Amino acid sequence: MNEANLHEISIDALRSGDRDEFARLVDAYSGSIYRLGLKLLGREQDAEDVLQNTFIKVLQNIQGFEERSSLSTWIYRIAANEALMMLRKMRPEVNLDDQGPEEDDDFAPTELADWSPLPEAILMSGESKKYLEHAIQELPEPLRVVFILRDIEDLSIKETSEALNLTETNVKTRLLRARLNLREQLSVYYREHLPKELKNE
Amino acid sequence: MSDHNHIDIKCDQLLGLLSDYLDGQTEDDVRLVFESHIADCQNCRVVVDTTRKTITLIHACNDKPLPIPDEVRKRLFNRLDLDDYLKNSAVANK
Repeated sequence: MNEANLHEISIDALRSGDRDEFARLVDAYSGSIYRLGLKLLGREQDAEDVLQNTFIKVLQNIQGFEERSSLSTWIYRIAANEALMMLRKMRPEVNLDDQGPEEDDDFAPTELADWSPLPEAILMSGESKKYLEHAIQELPEPLRVVFILRDIEDLSIKETSEALNLTETNVKTRLLRARLNLREQLSVYYREHLPKELKNE
Repeated sequence: MSDHNHIDIKCDQLLGLLSDYLDGQTEDDVRLVFESHIADCQNCRVVVDTTRKTITLIHACNDKPLPIPDEVRKRLFNRLDLDDYLKNSAVANK
């Protein structure tokens, strides 16, 4: 979002129907909300639907916004609900409450090659960035939505839990599993760029 | 981690603390125990370093959201009945 604009947005002005203020709010958040929709749903048209539906609901409900969370978290909550609702329609077989096995055993690291010292030219190459994006898309949805809000949109654990109506413990569990899942995927990818003696095979 | 069974429990415990550690959310005493463990455990050190790098790379690739495409913004403002603000707001955000 555009932080400079965000700090100046007045909730009172939004409540009083100030259209100029609403337009500034839309511009401050539209990039983040569109990205959230795109990363969660994977298609531009779906991301656009999430974007439009989110701001229509913001407009419809701003009078009832009780400031129990920040304006930012409230908007993310609406957007996440919109995106998850679409996901349920598109893929009813996915259980968004399912965070995986009770135990963490299935998430224990298995790839132990140290690729972290690889040069930036390899880590951040165009191909690597594509793989990174692909790896995020491969995360199971219940983990992906937490990961997007916490590690991409930079919400705190508390804000993420408020936006998704999950306990903080649940958010932490999902976040750890998402990070470990991505680490495994990236380890498989980057290991190929390591000298043979460092591949730990 | 599989190849040093004598400290499996400690490795498991470390894994549970990994996110908090990388986010700077661990108490000092826990952090010291954590760092003492990875100083002696090569596999855990690799997991910590590569997880940290994973998060760093994701942040680097997603630093700030790109502006939404012009056509998407135009349709959004139209849907919200904000067409009058389309031009002004676009200028204000550049």
